[in-house]
Amino acid sequence: MTALEHATEVVDPVPGTGAPHLPEQPDSGPEFVQLLTPEGERVEHPDYAIDVTDEELRSLYRDLALVRRWDVEATALQRQGELGIWASLLGQEAAQVGAGRALAPDDMAFPTYREHGVAWTRGVDPLHVMSLFRGNDMGGWDPVATGVNLYTVVIGAQTLHATGYAMGLQRDGADAAALAFLGDGATSQGEVNEALIWAASLSAPVVFFCQNNQYAISVPIERQSRVPLYQRASGFGFPGVRVDGNDVLAVLAVTRAALARAREGSGPTFIEAFTYRMGAHTTSDDPTRYRMASELEEWKLRDPIARLKAHLARAGIADAAFFDAVDAEGDELAVRIRTGTLEMTDPAGTEIFDHVYAEQTPDLERQRAEFVAYHASFEGEK
Amino acid sequence: MAVRELTYVKAYTEALHQLMGADDDVFVVGEDVAGYGGVFHMYDGLLAAYGERRMIDTPISETAIVGLGVGAAARGLRPVVDIMFMDFLAVCLDQLVNQAAKMKFMFGGEVRVPMVLTVAAGAGLSAGAQHSQSLEAWLAHTPGLKVAMPSSAHDVKGLMVTAVRDDNPVVMMLNKKLLGAKGAVPEELYEVPFGQAAVLREGTDVTVVALGRMVVEATAAAGTLAAEGISVEVVDPRTVQPLDTATIAESARRTHRVVVVHEAVTFGGLGAEIAAQVTDAAFDHLDAPVLRVGAPFAPVPFSPALENAYLPDRTRIAEACRQITKRS
Ligand SMILES: Cc1ncc(C[n+]2csc(CCOP(=O)(O)OP(=O)(O)O)c2C)c(N)n1
Repeated sequence: MTALEHATEVVDPVPGTGAPHLPEQPDSGPEFVQLLTPEGERVEHPDYAIDVTDEELRSLYRDLALVRRWDVEATALQRQGELGIWASLLGQEAAQVGAGRALAPDDMAFPTYREHGVAWTRGVDPLHVMSLFRGNDMGGWDPVATGVNLYTVVIGAQTLHATGYAMGLQRDGADAAALAFLGDGATSQGEVNEALIWAASLSAPVVFFCQNNQYAISVPIERQSRVPLYQRASGFGFPGVRVDGNDVLAVLAVTRAALARAREGSGPTFIEAFTYRMGAHTTSDDPTRYRMASELEEWKLRDPIARLKAHLARAGIADAAFFDAVDAEGDELAVRIRTGTLEMTDPAGTEIFDHVYAEQTPDLERQRAEFVAYHASFEGEK
Repeated sequence: MAVRELTYVKAYTEALHQLMGADDDVFVVGEDVAGYGGVFHMYDGLLAAYGERRMIDTPISETAIVGLGVGAAARGLRPVVDIMFMDFLAVCLDQLVNQAAKMKFMFGGEVRVPMVLTVAAGAGLSAGAQHSQSLEAWLAHTPGLKVAMPSSAHDVKGLMVTAVRDDNPVVMMLNKKLLGAKGAVPEELYEVPFGQAAVLREGTDVTVVALGRMVVEATAAAGTLAAEGISVEVVDPRTVQPLDTATIAESARRTHRVVVVHEAVTFGGLGAEIAAQVTDAAFDHLDAPVLRVGAPFAPVPFSPALENAYLPDRTRIAEACRQITKRS
């Protein structure tokens, strides 16, 4: 089996009699919001209830399964040389889909480079994301139309953009909030801490959604923080919540509540979604250099998709035909992504000069003309 | 002692390995440098050799990384701080430009900052606008800093040795696209002095002054042009602060024509400085104005096709040499 197959193989804890032994969840207890256990059992939490219809549950499952299928296809395409790089969301589907589905249409998401699942829930066409990673596109999707800002790769910068955007919402008296995504590693960044301070100081309608996937490239969370990340929020003066990031229901409930709180003017919340990056940091990374295979095995037992599947099956909310249909839809999606990606054409070289300033400057106009003339001089040579 | 073929990145690792072995005050701090050995494998094996006291993985806090280096250096240690991509300098420039560079001056000479800041610079790997820049002009413009831009495995090692032994803050700009390039590297520790350009190829018709990876491109262009009867002298300044104007001007006086090449944007780049210096020192000997070859005034595009069109290369350099030799 390849590493990828290993990582994507869903360990289904339900069928048969004995569910596999589950390693102790390091963070259970009242401080850890969970509504669906790794075995797929619905549980209650004193502060967070969720009212979801069967239809919603099925559609959450569909989102989880489809974003994973997309992600697997993208990783494969990168391996085949069709993408420059890919940052896999494997293992983080529930955190992203749960957070994305909590957004209201007027809210705005500020992703890192990994939030394909959020983009998906907002209706961003996967091919737009693919075109970004393939370098066929100078930008990507329309952030205003989709409510998803463009990806940010300098760690933490987007938390300030989100806070600034939230200040704007506040000024406008808008009934909307900003949702800033960040990783565990990003919490060490000065800019992020400044964002937290500003958000608190101004009581801005922003929610910080931190996916603690346990690693910042090779550096484990222990090197970033000696306290659980959600506890840091109290030092800034606003609530922090730790949620099971592999439980889409808990993530949805917690994020919905935090966004509602922000919209009604009660200020920011910091959410720590406790999860695991099942794949590599990006396709440039080799995680076997810094973590044990057994750790991944342990986390597979907490797989975000398997537990919802188990719940749906056991509660009779979905049957085999439903799961087959989602699988088939996933395969169709993968084909669409693959063909769409392979069909992409390079942008025109002159685009280099077209997006530097709001207006075209005389100097860039001149450089553009020289560029065209220079490249024309090679025509017919090949 | 023996001279072997080493890659550019291994030459860097070997320099550090030997320097750390020789001086307990030398240590490395940065993201992913210890356990992982650096995202570019620059530090492979050093954790095993020197332990966690001297190979320190940090949180993602560039300001703290550089600031810690400044403090440690001021106390007499010799930190090598690594911030991965050169672009992330923008996150922590205060510690470098306002603190490290000015500390000696502002303390009336009482404090020295023998710190090396290693960055991975350069484009050509489709890493996008925020992971591909060559920002040497920002740094060379800052009094108090030294800036090395090695173009070969040999120079990486020698410049790194000089950098670590230097009593000033030095930025080592390693070129990402050269990391795997092989070259002859002596086994022992040796210094490549700062401010001493290398004349890599002698010629009589035109001098090409090239920085970093452009040295490789310029050398290739010189080969092509030789077949056309144009004799090119290739000069690699190796450090841009200090800059060896004497060697460049001397070459200009012999060839009478100068082309300056770097992959940073042309506007306000080192090419402008070098052109001005050449004009000052050798104006009467020039048969043509100094030509600059650099990137357009735009960020580095992510698209491989666009990046390819954006970056100066051997074809462009050869074109510039043909143009400048036609002018006289
Ligand atoms: C300012 C800055 N420093 C360093 C990096 C290099 N880098 C890219 S991703 C990454 C780790 C980020 O970890 P985390 O915030 O936990 O997010 P994850 O990638 O795990 O989702 C690092 C150090 C960067 N992109 N920007």
